[in-house]
Amino acid sequence: MLARPRSRGVSEATVKMCSLLRGEEMCLAQLFLQSGSAYDCISELGELGLVEFRDLNPNVNSFQRKHVNEIKKCEEMERILGYLLREIKKADISLPDRDVNPVTPLPKHVITIMEQLQRLEVELGEVTRNKEKLQKNLLELTEYTHMLRITRSFVQRSAEREHLEAQYEEFPFLEKDAMMDYSSMQRLGAKLGFISGLIQRVKIEAFERMLWRVCKGYTILSYAEVEEYLEDPDTGEPMQSVVFLISYWGDQIGQKVKKICDCYHCHLYPYPSSNEERNDVVEGLRTRIQDLHTVLHRTEDYLKQVLIKASESVYTWVIQVKKMKAIYYILNQCSFDVTNKCLIAEVWCPVNDIPTLRRALEEGSRKSGATVPSFVNRLPTTDTPPTLIRTNKFTSGFQNIVDAYGVGTYREVNPAPFTIITFPFLFAVMFGDLGHGAIMFLSAAWMVLYENNRKLKNTRNEIWNTFFEGRYIILMMGLFSIYTGLIYNDCFSKSLNIFGSGWSVRAMFENNVWDSSVISGNGVLTLDPNITGVFKGPYPLGIDPIWNLASNRLTFLNSYKMKMSVILGIIHMSFGVVLSTFNHLHFRKKYNLYLVFLPELLFMLCLFGYLVFMILYKWLFFTVKDSRHAPSILIQFINMFLMQSDTMQPLYPGQAGLQVFLLVIALLSVPVLLLGKPVYLYWLQNGSHRLGMYRGYERVRRNSEEELYLMRAHDMEEGSSLSDFSTSGEHNTEEFNFADEFLHQAIHTIEYCLGCVSNTASYLRLWALSLAHAQLSEVLWAMVMRIGLRMDTSLGVLFLVPVFGLFAVLTVSILLVMEGLSAFLHALRLHWVEFQNKFYSGTGVKFCPFSFSLLPSSFEHDGLL
Amino acid sequence: MRGLICGPKLAACGIVLSMWGVIMLGMLGIFFTTHSAVLIEDVPLKDEDLTPDPNPPQRIYELYNKVGYNCFIAAAIYILFGAFSCCQMKLNKQKEYLVH
Repeated sequence: MLARPRSRGVSEATVKMCSLLRGEEMCLAQLFLQSGSAYDCISELGELGLVEFRDLNPNVNSFQRKHVNEIKKCEEMERILGYLLREIKKADISLPDRDVNPVTPLPKHVITIMEQLQRLEVELGEVTRNKEKLQKNLLELTEYTHMLRITRSFVQRSAEREHLEAQYEEFPFLEKDAMMDYSSMQRLGAKLGFISGLIQRVKIEAFERMLWRVCKGYTILSYAEVEEYLEDPDTGEPMQSVVFLISYWGDQIGQKVKKICDCYHCHLYPYPSSNEERNDVVEGLRTRIQDLHTVLHRTEDYLKQVLIKASESVYTWVIQVKKMKAIYYILNQCSFDVTNKCLIAEVWCPVNDIPTLRRALEEGSRKSGATVPSFVNRLPTTDTPPTLIRTNKFTSGFQNIVDAYGVGTYREVNPAPFTIITFPFLFAVMFGDLGHGAIMFLSAAWMVLYENNRKLKNTRNEIWNTFFEGRYIILMMGLFSIYTGLIYNDCFSKSLNIFGSGWSVRAMFENNVWDSSVISGNGVLTLDPNITGVFKGPYPLGIDPIWNLASNRLTFLNSYKMKMSVILGIIHMSFGVVLSTFNHLHFRKKYNLYLVFLPELLFMLCLFGYLVFMILYKWLFFTVKDSRHAPSILIQFINMFLMQSDTMQPLYPGQAGLQVFLLVIALLSVPVLLLGKPVYLYWLQNGSHRLGMYRGYERVRRNSEEELYLMRAHDMEEGSSLSDFSTSGEHNTEEFNFADEFLHQAIHTIEYCLGCVSNTASYLRLWALSLAHAQLSEVLWAMVMRIGLRMDTSLGVLFLVPVFGLFAVLTVSILLVMEGLSAFLHALRLHWVEFQNKFYSGTGVKFCPFSFSLLPSSFEHDGLL
Repeated sequence: MRGLICGPKLAACGIVLSMWGVIMLGMLGIFFTTHSAVLIEDVPLKDEDLTPDPNPPQRIYELYNKVGYNCFIAAAIYILFGAFSCCQMKLNKQKEYLVH
């Protein structure tokens, strides 16, 4: 059942070498796990992160799965852990170091964890409730104290009133309406009653009015505001209250007053009837408040102790519960075999890791003490496996930006290793400034040097994380920008004169072309390189620094940068076309080499490769003396297509004939590209009846399952499916395939040919962005730095300090961040569209192994951890 | 903590800015005092400076030197600013290690 080791060894060696170029070879494997050791085996696999599990029960509802109860228990534990974490966060306790990696608990240990958590929850709940009750009590007593203090001032006033009323005891207030229905006997026998309490300040006027209307003057209301904000015992929020004292006659009035107080949510407190009682109550309140404060402190301390003790192990529990839940989730995806004693799981596994997988299963079986070991069995399959490309911390950034467009199809050429160099280079062509590149390089170097600093790694800030993940990309971009800054000779918009300029102004004077009258008479003068001594030879590295002082600098640089962009674009695109040969060869479709790759390459090189040749020829063979009569390359190129060669002076002898020849080749390659592949495949189908039967005979002969499996696996590796050579040749399907194939190829041809032109023009953005960057840099210097440098006054030197600060801030924000992101985006687009559409299909699925370290945690998402 | 004015991030920005300022203004000062031609537009030329000079480049050279010395003084001020930021950073680190 297992493949023969010899052939696997050979394929292993070759596969190991091209991991980043092509992606790992994957296989579908079946794991036979004994029921007793399934848990431990899956735990081992989770620690290693080797394989991706397939769901064998896709039609089963999540509530009908086998281990739904265990998952519910795990979620209950997670709920309690969430509550714990929230309480810990509220109490401002910091969690200890998070480097531990506890092992998965066995099912029998789960009960202890569950009990501990439940106990903690109950205890915490009780203590919190007690604390709240105590606090409410404290607030009420505080209100009572305030009330007593304030009503003391009323006592004097109402004492006076009592005196007055004592005189008129038989007669109630003179203000009272005489037309009352109350009998005077009732009034005479009524006692004076008091109701006191607190009410919210906003309600006091309405309260007073209501009292007056209802009780019709049988009550007296006195009130005073409490100066400080008291906390409401019910809600705990600060509010402004008013202390009131109502004196009334008669029980019925008393009932009415009480009801009104209820309606207005007053807090009523008993009113002491005499001064001695008042003093006693005040004393009692004071001691009670003190006691309550002590008890509250103790309760808070105890709560904090409980939380601190819990915080020591809460992180361990979180990880243990997470691991357990993941294992049960995976167990739910397995199915039982016929004997119901063994679990079957299907996994995608890299072929190179099968020995490790076996060892992990043995380890799991050993840990669980099972007698029968679990084992692995490779399955042949026609499903496309997911794509796995192993990366390290340097290559992972570049692989991510390639995957962002599309994960590669299984075993297709991966553009990432080439992107490591071409992406920073194209970025640098657009960014091209030595000073800015140096700053970018240094900031990336700081991030790389401190990459193991835990604080930097674990921040929650999304934008910072994006920049931190791409620190190696930024490092390369900065390094390459320093190089292109040297070539463009641009450092904060100033040129560096390292080698000495190749132009000499003195020679214009020595040859008597200029003298002082010429200088005073003209605003702009032209250095003529045809005069001996003016141009001494090209600058050794990059653009001559004298161009920084020239007024026709942009004219010169534009021509240079545009031609450079076209050259770089054609090279990049041709490289993309050449990369497609890797795919054609790997998937054993050799006919693609002759029918697709060759016409594509010929079309591109005969037309645009020739353009590059013309540019280089003109640069190399036309000197200063011919510069007035040099032909324009663009006009020549257009004339090539129009086949008009006699109107202009040729670039080189024999140009007309060569151009016609190249044009004919390019035009001939279009129909080959359009029709070659569909016609060839059609001929292959029709002429392959005999071939098919021959293969069928071979199949009948090899009746050992092993060899059949080998043959199928071999075919699967090569990427050709058996259906290509099937004997069941229904002509309908073949005809349909031909039309499909032809349409596909027609679209590809049109896309490619038109794309050649448009993509070449698209590379001109390399020129456009580098021009924009240079101009922005120059404007920033002219408008900010120059003002500071030109200051003439004696205090001017101090003005330079803030000016430089402003220059630095604007450089970083506009030129580094904004222009950097812009150039990054355009370089990325050039890769994704212009480069990758020559060879990359990107329709694969990414391999997501089952690994505990990769599982997301909902607590981290909520910011609790 | 006496003397703690900025937080850690502001102090770090200050250190970076002053390092950059010292290096860049220092180099600018050197380029001005060696009379580099590329920086001609940054020198405060007035019209009378362009009239013929009995001693041809001296006036221009003096202007160059003046701007160069300005740059050096600004670089020195940035050294002070950098020292201040370093102090703030140290105070911030001390505060972090205190028990809270």
